[in-house]
Amino acid sequence: MNESKMDLNRELMVDGNAVAGLLQEIFAIEMTATPTECANCGNAAEVGALQAYTQAPGAVLRCPACESVMIRIVQTPNHIYFDARGAVRLTLPREKK
Amino acid sequence: MIDWQIATVKAIKPETPEVKSFTLALPDWMKHRAGQHYDVRLTAEDGYQAQRSYSIASEPERAREIDLTIERLADGEVSTYFHDVLAVGDRVELRGPIGGYFVWEAALNAPLLLIAGGSGVVPLMSMLRHRRAARAINPTRLLFSSRTPDDAIYFDELEKLRAANDGLEIFYTFTRERPPEWKGYARRIDNAMLNEVAKPLGKSARVFICGPTALVENAANGLVQIGIKPNQIKTERFGPTGT
Repeated sequence: MNESKMDLNRELMVDGNAVAGLLQEIFAIEMTATPTECANCGNAAEVGALQAYTQAPGAVLRCPACESVMIRIVQTPNHIYFDARGAVRLTLPREKK
Repeated sequence: MIDWQIATVKAIKPETPEVKSFTLALPDWMKHRAGQHYDVRLTAEDGYQAQRSYSIASEPERAREIDLTIERLADGEVSTYFHDVLAVGDRVELRGPIGGYFVWEAALNAPLLLIAGGSGVVPLMSMLRHRRAARAINPTRLLFSSRTPDDAIYFDELEKLRAANDGLEIFYTFTRERPPEWKGYARRIDNAMLNEVAKPLGKSARVFICGPTALVENAANGLVQIGIKPNQIKTERFGPTGT
């Protein structure tokens, strides 16, 4: 993409890495190396490679291939709302005993 | 689970006019991986909280403390506090190390290409310091874009690392103001530059790009165009310049 053609929203985009702390708070494990799959186009990517938009009341993670919304996270004083309907799955590592 | 902890400021070092490094002593230190970050949280007396993520600049081999290198952003709630208020001996709340995606380990003995814009060099510096501490000799190239020579963070240390002659090469590009008699790059990163810097590392190079979103997009797209597979490229965008 040409720098001069980038719109403001695109410039605000960061990576899934930017919500690593929040995800670790929710799942209690490191999540950015977790494989995930887009429900819209089937693209496989690690959570850290998703496009992240964080300058809003919630965080939105989009597919880096088709830009569909995969995960939405909203925090209120008493709850965390985690909506991952745009992701087919998140593959979490199992702790070895 | 990583908990919030209270670190103590051990040292503050100016790097450039707008950038300082803060050495923080951690009561619950945990060895990090180069490229990871810490979340920093400030709490006002009325309970208002501001939180930001800052990349670790130091190498994992250094125990019980970390360096965070932070650029002062004019409207930044957290960075202005670090630059204008925080003093040695003060305490600051943070949690980490965080992230497992944008990380490099010296044991991964493959050619390494690092591309930085401005303070995007910070996590890459952790990788280079780790590389040196682990005595790795994998072919490594850093392409570092700064506005002016005065803005090039870690310049003296990078020159020392380069002088160690252990397979590290460094390419600077200055987009606004260049040193007198400068024969290196003096433009934004473009495909011709990427080609010259990336090609000698071959197509198996692992790539880490960190900087303003526009720079990261251009560099990542350019590298894919010259034949590097997207899954070898890891990016860390930090949004628009100046916010």
